[in-house]
Amino acid sequence: MKAPLSPGAVCYNLGHISRIPRGEGRTYRLHDRLIAVFRSRNDELFATQADCPHRGGPLADGIIGDGKVICPLHAFKFDLRTGAPLGNTCPQLHTYPVRLDAKGNILVTVDDS
Amino acid sequence: MTRKQRLVVIGNGMGGARLVEEIVSRPGGERYDITVLGAEPYGNYNRILLSGVLDGSYCPEHIFLHPLTWYEQHNVRLCAGRAAVGIDWQGHRVQTADGSWELYDCLVIATGSSPCLPPLANLVRKDGQLIAGAFTFRTLDDCQAILAHSSRARRAAVIGGGLLGLEAASGLVRRGLEVHLVHRSPHLLNLQLDAAGSAILARLIAEQGVQLHLGKETVAVLGQDRLCGLRFSDGSELACDLCIIATGARPNTDLARTAGLAVRHGIVIDDDLACSVPDVFALGECAEHRGQTYGLVAPAWEQARILAERLTDRASRKQYTGSVLSTRLKVSGLDLTVMGDKEPASNSDEVITYAEPARGIYKKLIVREGRLQGAILLGDLPGSVPAARLVQLFHRGDPLPAHRAELLFPCPTGNKQTLSVADLPDDTQICNCNGVSKGTILAAARAGKRSLQALCEATRAATGCGSCKGQVQELLVLACEGEVAEDPAVHYYVPAIPLTKPELVRVIKERGLRSVSAVFQALADGKEDPASKAGLASLLKTIWGKDYQDERDARFINDRVHANIQKDGTFSVVPRIYGGVTTPEQLRRIADVAEKYRVPLVKITGGQRIDLVGVRKEELPAIWKDLGMPSGHAYTKAFRTCKTCLGSDFCRYGLGDSTTLGIKIEKRYQGIEMPHKVKLATAGCPRNCSEATTKDLGAVAIEGGRWEIYVGGAAGSRVRKGDLLCTVDTHEEVLLYMGRFMQYYRENAKYQERSYDFVERVGIEHLRRVLVEDAEGICERLDREIQAAVEAYVDPWQREAEQPVTSTQFSQVLEAMPVPLGAGD
Repeated sequence: MKAPLSPGAVCYNLGHISRIPRGEGRTYRLHDRLIAVFRSRNDELFATQADCPHRGGPLADGIIGDGKVICPLHAFKFDLRTGAPLGNTCPQLHTYPVRLDAKGNILVTVDDS
Repeated sequence: MTRKQRLVVIGNGMGGARLVEEIVSRPGGERYDITVLGAEPYGNYNRILLSGVLDGSYCPEHIFLHPLTWYEQHNVRLCAGRAAVGIDWQGHRVQTADGSWELYDCLVIATGSSPCLPPLANLVRKDGQLIAGAFTFRTLDDCQAILAHSSRARRAAVIGGGLLGLEAASGLVRRGLEVHLVHRSPHLLNLQLDAAGSAILARLIAEQGVQLHLGKETVAVLGQDRLCGLRFSDGSELACDLCIIATGARPNTDLARTAGLAVRHGIVIDDDLACSVPDVFALGECAEHRGQTYGLVAPAWEQARILAERLTDRASRKQYTGSVLSTRLKVSGLDLTVMGDKEPASNSDEVITYAEPARGIYKKLIVREGRLQGAILLGDLPGSVPAARLVQLFHRGDPLPAHRAELLFPCPTGNKQTLSVADLPDDTQICNCNGVSKGTILAAARAGKRSLQALCEATRAATGCGSCKGQVQELLVLACEGEVAEDPAVHYYVPAIPLTKPELVRVIKERGLRSVSAVFQALADGKEDPASKAGLASLLKTIWGKDYQDERDARFINDRVHANIQKDGTFSVVPRIYGGVTTPEQLRRIADVAEKYRVPLVKITGGQRIDLVGVRKEELPAIWKDLGMPSGHAYTKAFRTCKTCLGSDFCRYGLGDSTTLGIKIEKRYQGIEMPHKVKLATAGCPRNCSEATTKDLGAVAIEGGRWEIYVGGAAGSRVRKGDLLCTVDTHEEVLLYMGRFMQYYRENAKYQERSYDFVERVGIEHLRRVLVEDAEGICERLDREIQAAVEAYVDPWQREAEQPVTSTQFSQVLEAMPVPLGAGD
């Protein structure tokens, strides 16, 4: 399935899913920004901004599970699907649409328009 | 979608309103359309604070818990001032004063209680009203009528020397009236206090300006149209122009009785809080459970919480099994807390008393089978254990310190910080990690965060280093007047699995669960709570050793890359330097690495090692290889380091070879996983230059070639001198006992419980019995298990520098490529 892209949208290929071990996350550089991509133990994918809004901790290094990530620096928790802060007053994480292509490559769409 | 259930609550007092609040705040609460029928024309107010309104410390508008707008916001239909007058339980409907009917699927009766009027001649007029000048003291209207009348009154009498009577008398004194308190028993608060405590209280009350008439029975009210005095059974009289009747309360059961529900003293409810007819529940002061009615708020709130859980969560089987009571007298300038029994029940009960009658201090504790069974705590004794702490011991039934004196006077080695938290000003910072003040914590607790976990989550207090958790708990107890939601989760090993550590260990062993995901599958419906992963990983490694099935995603980042994450996402590298003894060659290698990789900061650590700080993830494997040194584990919950002093080879004071001992200890126990980090030290003489007595484990050489072994020392967010476990003769024995302690700590401490909290929790006497005298016969097994852990140790640096676990284990950032439009798939 191909999602229709709006004019300002850019799609990135993040390479094969196997680069992210199950249950972990990795930080990716997308031209002008860093994002964090997570792969749950049952192969669900999530993409959020890379840094924790609290003190800039690298979210991709956090422990994930049950659709949530815990920042490795001060244990602030966020919902990976919505980016919503859980039990803290941080602003919501920016999230990005993420999917797999037929070859197992991770595709992330950035749309700032 | 199914129709919403109609829930009707009769009564908008402390019990009914709390039930509604609990229901709307829970998942499942949305299943209900809630209607509240309140006899009083207000939103819900805090009845407990009426005495505060009377004495002027609160304005009436400040005691409202929920204004009318709160009900609107939560879609709760409040019919304030529309009392229920009949229940047709067969028809599932309630009739209200205006004649209309409310249909219900579920009905909760929370009608509370009414003042119990003594049979005094001339008290009640023909129209059923009290004679002018006489008042009960139960509602906000009562309170405002008393206040309106008091401005014209000169001399007030209060009949009844119970909690309410005392509060009323004290309030009127503060309003400037001459106040007489008349009590039938010779002892004030005779239900709560023993004779000695009562006598001291009477003196304190008298000192506040209340004139006491004890052992005096009122028989009549004097006056024609308005009250002008009281007459007593001995024929004497007392002139007064205001009288408050505070002689107890009786449950409001008329509605239930007329409807045909089972009623004895109160409306009879079972452990499900259900009445004798279907779909009708009762709670609070109107209810009678197992033959007991309660006149305090705490049981009503406990019942409300349980009923709310039952109504919102169909799976819940929670039951109410009765309440144990504690209460505090709210009379300003007077500090009185009472709980449970006031007298011993048999000779085997212990009674601990401390009295200074001249200073108004009386403390009496009843201990039964090692648990606090009751207490009278009168007067403020600076430096003593706060009442809130004893209330907590009482409610939880926690084991008590062996030295009973510590129940009243804290042991000087204890954590002094926790003792005076009640006395600190509100702007005191309690959580120094997150900067949370006492006032913020109290406000959150008062706003409804009534369990430790909820309070910590709401304020972030105690979510940093956690050392203030005890203080937060005390503030919680303080703010909630003893109405603390016992949060079973605080005893769970990890939040997602409702089992304590011993229970969890048993289940894991029984079912052979060897990986974190297997535990989630078996015990948490497969839901992988991220906050529980690392704790489970640590436990499984301890239980299974080399048979543990490691899953890297369950590890904290530090344990995935064997380095300590820094605030900018870089890492620190601390190679192991056994006992802090190094060589020029080793130092040269470290220097070369620091230069080659442009390490931003080279730092000597407190544990006598060298820290290379600010290293990027990618560089870790190459740095490890170049160093050719094993990991110092300065990033994980494990044996960290053993600091040493110079010892006997060079130091002119040295009594024992602490350096060699430290190296032996570190070589043997390096990297072994623990519930928390463990730092050690050895000292060659009692001068203790390596600070061995404030380490998790320490050995200190003493004259005669012997070694003292200390456990549970701390010099971090709190300072604690370790307890002497035993004194031994040789290095080998030091190694043996230290290893034995470590294994016992691994098996019995909670996750992230430092050794000093653990030692304090189980007690040094217990540890000596188990680890030195082998009272439980487990020493040989402990020695064997720690030996297995020693043998299973592999240095992670040299292993994973050669062979990363995954191709991107050490990738800080991966590059992505833009995809040309339309070429996505």
